[in-house]
Amino acid sequence: MINRLERRYDATTLNATSAIIELRGVHYSVGGRTIFDGLDANFLRGQVSAVMGPSGTGKTTMLRLITGQIRADAGSIQVGGVAVDGISRSELFALRQRMGMLFQNGALLTDISVFENVAFPLREHTRLPERLVRQLVLTKLQAVGLRGAAGLMPAELSGGMARRVALARAIVMDPQVLIYDEPFVGLDPISLGVILRLIRRLNDALGLTSIVVSHDVHEIAAVADRVFLLSGGKVVANGTPKELQASPSEVVKQFVGGLADGPVPFHYPAPDYFEELLARDGGRSA
Amino acid sequence: MRKSRALNLGTGLFVLLGFAALFFLTTQTTSHGISFGSQPHYEVTAKFQDIGDLKVGAPVSMAGVQVGRVVNISFDPRDFKAVVTMRIDDQFNQIPTDSSANIYTQGLLGGQYIGLSPGGAETYLKNHGEITFTNSALVLEKLIGQFLANFNKSPSQSSSSSGGQPK
Amino acid sequence: MISDFWDSLSESLERLGDTVRFLLRIGAQIPGALLRPQLILDQVYNAGALSLVIIMLSGLFVGMVLGLQGFDLLQRFGSEDALGTAAAIGLVKELGPVVTALLFAGRAGTALASEIGLMRATDQLSAMEMMAVDPLQRIVVPRFLGGVIAMPLLAAIFSMIGIYGAQLIGVQIMHVDAGSFWSQMQASVSLRDVNEGIVKSCVFGVACSLIAVYQGYYSEPTAEGVGAATTRTVVTSAVIVLFLDYLITAFFLK
Repeated sequence: MINRLERRYDATTLNATSAIIELRGVHYSVGGRTIFDGLDANFLRGQVSAVMGPSGTGKTTMLRLITGQIRADAGSIQVGGVAVDGISRSELFALRQRMGMLFQNGALLTDISVFENVAFPLREHTRLPERLVRQLVLTKLQAVGLRGAAGLMPAELSGGMARRVALARAIVMDPQVLIYDEPFVGLDPISLGVILRLIRRLNDALGLTSIVVSHDVHEIAAVADRVFLLSGGKVVANGTPKELQASPSEVVKQFVGGLADGPVPFHYPAPDYFEELLARDGGRSA
Repeated sequence: MRKSRALNLGTGLFVLLGFAALFFLTTQTTSHGISFGSQPHYEVTAKFQDIGDLKVGAPVSMAGVQVGRVVNISFDPRDFKAVVTMRIDDQFNQIPTDSSANIYTQGLLGGQYIGLSPGGAETYLKNHGEITFTNSALVLEKLIGQFLANFNKSPSQSSSSSGGQPK
Repeated sequence: MISDFWDSLSESLERLGDTVRFLLRIGAQIPGALLRPQLILDQVYNAGALSLVIIMLSGLFVGMVLGLQGFDLLQRFGSEDALGTAAAIGLVKELGPVVTALLFAGRAGTALASEIGLMRATDQLSAMEMMAVDPLQRIVVPRFLGGVIAMPLLAAIFSMIGIYGAQLIGVQIMHVDAGSFWSQMQASVSLRDVNEGIVKSCVFGVACSLIAVYQGYYSEPTAEGVGAATTRTVVTSAVIVLFLDYLITAFFLK
């Protein structure tokens, strides 16, 4: 792997501590709603960590905090030993060149081809000769199995293919951390399996640290080294997939088992059922 | 990429058209124009007591036919007269030197122009020549004032006007 | 009801301040964006060349109407010869810049806003940020500059075609003397008038482009959000253009 690339920003190499991303006591609220209330999490180097939780618990928000897209109200977030909230815009940009992110729908640039999309970070941040760019792009596309699709436009790709191209783009600069935001949403079983395999293989082959936000419990459990369960603004469980499956906690059991009712209630908060019905009837008995 | 070649061509054409339009607007609608196919010409001057609303670019005509246009208007501080420079097409090079230049108005709200009335001399106006016989523009206020003044005087005393041709 | 009005007024003022700050941020990125002229040229094409048809057609029709109305009015004073002047001044000083700006907001402004809004909604802008590419410099500034460059050119084309339209009606159909049409115009229209028109179209270009890219950039990342941004672009552009028109006209007339 070619590691020496010219960079416009002075890129930092993430420190080689065992916990590559650390969140401590993070508080974040928006629009009056508290999303995180003392969040702690350590993502270890070289591991595939899954982040799960019921809808709306702020999984994507956590990713945005880690990548510096939003700022926490309190607490510290360290990526490779660098405090993400304290640094300047250009330092943040330098940090981001060492991180790759896969968005939910791929987020490919729609007016350029697959090849150009994958080449985009190279063209923006390096001054490599065209020949070298071509080789790098084709290599990454080969790794995700789409080298033959290099000439297509994003509109011509299926959902799964678009995501694989986005994945190739995310690894083209040889990042040290890869973040996946709900990569399985809307995929058929085959594409899902492909992405799963790629997550694991790329992580091991390239020595990455991967964070996958998802709620496909059973699928991700197959490839994750560690699982974090978010609920109510905190990490309520954290351990290997096996540990989570055997956990006695009610919260974990409901999530893992896909139970309709439990700590996350089935009914949206509402006044007493009979009272409401009777009120409608204007006092007549049911 | 082929697509971007066509795009650049289209952009170039658009920008060209835009600048052509700007050029058109500044030269063909104003008097700062460049008249295309401009004929060879010569310039003569004339001094007026009062040029009224005469503007640069106003036509100069003789017997109703346009022979040139006004290209400059300035003021002579020595004799307090307006100096009008006219550019006359070379094909009209037989205008007698004692012709007179008068300022008329086109229509009711029209602009003003210079009309040349031929004299009888046998020498003709040349470049940098001067028309010495001039009649200034009819200024309405002066006309009314003159009319009222005449009206109040006895018929034997009639003041001669410094401007304005008596009708 | 008064408090509602006050709320929306203060919200509009906030938006205005926000937009101006956005303009400053764009301004700061312009030198960087100039390093990539191809991007800007592409946007001049999108904003300008693609608007040509509607601008030329509208210019022709507006000019022709001006010819008809102007002739009808001037005929009452026996001054049909002044039609050239009337048409030229009307178009160059007012109709050219203003109508072009309104049409521009409708065609190019909405295209800009929806394009950027869609990139916002599909996370393309966030993806760029994540790839350490500044979306302002790469996406917003070229589109802004494209609009700013295209507008004065479009307005000039509109006025030019409009004058020919007026001439078509006046000279060809109403038999106004062609010589008078042009010579009176040339005698009466001054460079200051043309300057006023050019200044207006440049200012309108900045305003409309800014409003369009701002609405797109800060739109809600949903389908309805993009639609709302598009609508707001047209409405806001129209109001601002007419207001600026008043300011500039008054300034030039003092």
